[in-house]
Amino acid sequence: MTEIPEHLLKRAQEARERAAKAGDGAEPAAEPEAEAPTSETSAAASKIPAHLLERSKAARDTAGGGGTAVVTAEAPTAPLPAGAAPTPTGPGGHTQRLLTVVKSGSIQDVKSKPVDKVHVWPHLLIVEFVAALAVTAFTLVFSVFVNAPLLELANPNETPNPSKAPWYFLGLQELLTMFHPMVAGVTIPGMALFVLILAPYIDKNPNTSPEKRKFAVSLMTIHLMFWAVLVMIGSFFRGPGQNFVLPWQEGLFFEL
Amino acid sequence: MAKPPLNERISKANADLIDKTQSSQAWQSIFRPGSIFRKGYTDSPRNRSYVIMNSVLYHLHPVKVKRHAVKVSYTLCLGGLSFFLFILLTVTGIFLMFFYRPTAAQAWDDIYTLQSSVTFGLLVRNMHRWAAHLMVLSVFLHMARVFYHGAYKAPREFNWVIGVILLMQTLLLSFTGYLLPWDQLALWAVTVGTNMMGFTPVFGDKVRFVLLGGVEIGTDTLLRWYVLHVLLLPFVTVIFMAIHFWRVRKDGGISGPL
Repeated sequence: MTEIPEHLLKRAQEARERAAKAGDGAEPAAEPEAEAPTSETSAAASKIPAHLLERSKAARDTAGGGGTAVVTAEAPTAPLPAGAAPTPTGPGGHTQRLLTVVKSGSIQDVKSKPVDKVHVWPHLLIVEFVAALAVTAFTLVFSVFVNAPLLELANPNETPNPSKAPWYFLGLQELLTMFHPMVAGVTIPGMALFVLILAPYIDKNPNTSPEKRKFAVSLMTIHLMFWAVLVMIGSFFRGPGQNFVLPWQEGLFFEL
Repeated sequence: MAKPPLNERISKANADLIDKTQSSQAWQSIFRPGSIFRKGYTDSPRNRSYVIMNSVLYHLHPVKVKRHAVKVSYTLCLGGLSFFLFILLTVTGIFLMFFYRPTAAQAWDDIYTLQSSVTFGLLVRNMHRWAAHLMVLSVFLHMARVFYHGAYKAPREFNWVIGVILLMQTLLLSFTGYLLPWDQLALWAVTVGTNMMGFTPVFGDKVRFVLLGGVEIGTDTLLRWYVLHVLLLPFVTVIFMAIHFWRVRKDGGISGPL
């Protein structure tokens, strides 16, 4: 048996109560109307198709009246059983009955599931605005207290010791101490870039949760850590002649 | 007849003025229907939709996003902040352009004068410098965040590719800007960097020659990198950013929760 949704049950309940309230007073007036459909002429006058009327008549005969599976809108002609709720009467005196409830999924193919969404204004824009303000404030305050470096005028004849690349290239410069310059400066970064671009096409695993892609996550983490360590060493632990120094002993050789 | 108290008359005059301004043709032509500055804006779902749909922000955002997309702990705002830092760098960079000539004879002096004699010159240069480092960092962290969420998987593969290109653009922008102050730090950092590129197999020397505009870093390099830094690279970056943001929307907004 089909389960009837709660809101429909509630609506039916409300309608029944309303009808019960109105019915007490309006009973005598409704009576002649309710009687009407039994005669053939008035049945023709009402808009109910003849074949439906016939079917309902047959159903009523077999059920002996008072059956719940009445198909069409028709007022009960037989006296109501004692204690039964008065049947609600619609406009024109026809009784409305719920035939069946068809769930949307059984006749429609619902492809997209409803997604829990929020308005961009204000929920997202507020977050973005606050984040932008915060980063502006941070940059401003930092700039008030820390000056950007401006060393003496460039002099091609005087090489500072050590000479360092910008910090994001210091990992590469660190590789220079281990490999041939072509390997360190071109081959390794080129390969890394190539693999990075192809990552979504190499990684065929459709999962996104870290537990289900342990290999990818650990591979990336190893590379990131490796890279971060190289940049750190290049930045803080390299002194004159690119020799290894300890920053807390010989000071920092690092400019941003 | 007694006049109403002064504060009432002022607030009434104020309300009349606001009403008149908001009803004017000029005001209504500037603020499209749904703008929070339009007359009679009320907080309703309809107006919330109009705020986005009828404003320039509709290029960036749809009217509604998944509830999880506004969770700060998921994205840490890194992509958005990278974009915002790009804007901040453009604004401060334009300011710096007014005071800078990209020749070996004048560049360092211009920066020095900017810092010592121009109102807010030092502050704006500092902001440009630190925002640039911050942008490299935020773009890099954004990439890591996207990787760890597996957000580059179908249908977002190509947007990841564009993202890697944007990371390269960011590094190039930062690196070209590094030379411009023309101090010892700039000269030798760039020397180290370009020497590495010179080891490209087969045509390494040619790559280096094109980059430097000569066999060694000089005033031609400065002009070349200046044009790259203020014009060519930002232009290319903006195009890739436009595609990047467009693809974020077309691929169904930011990726779902894990």
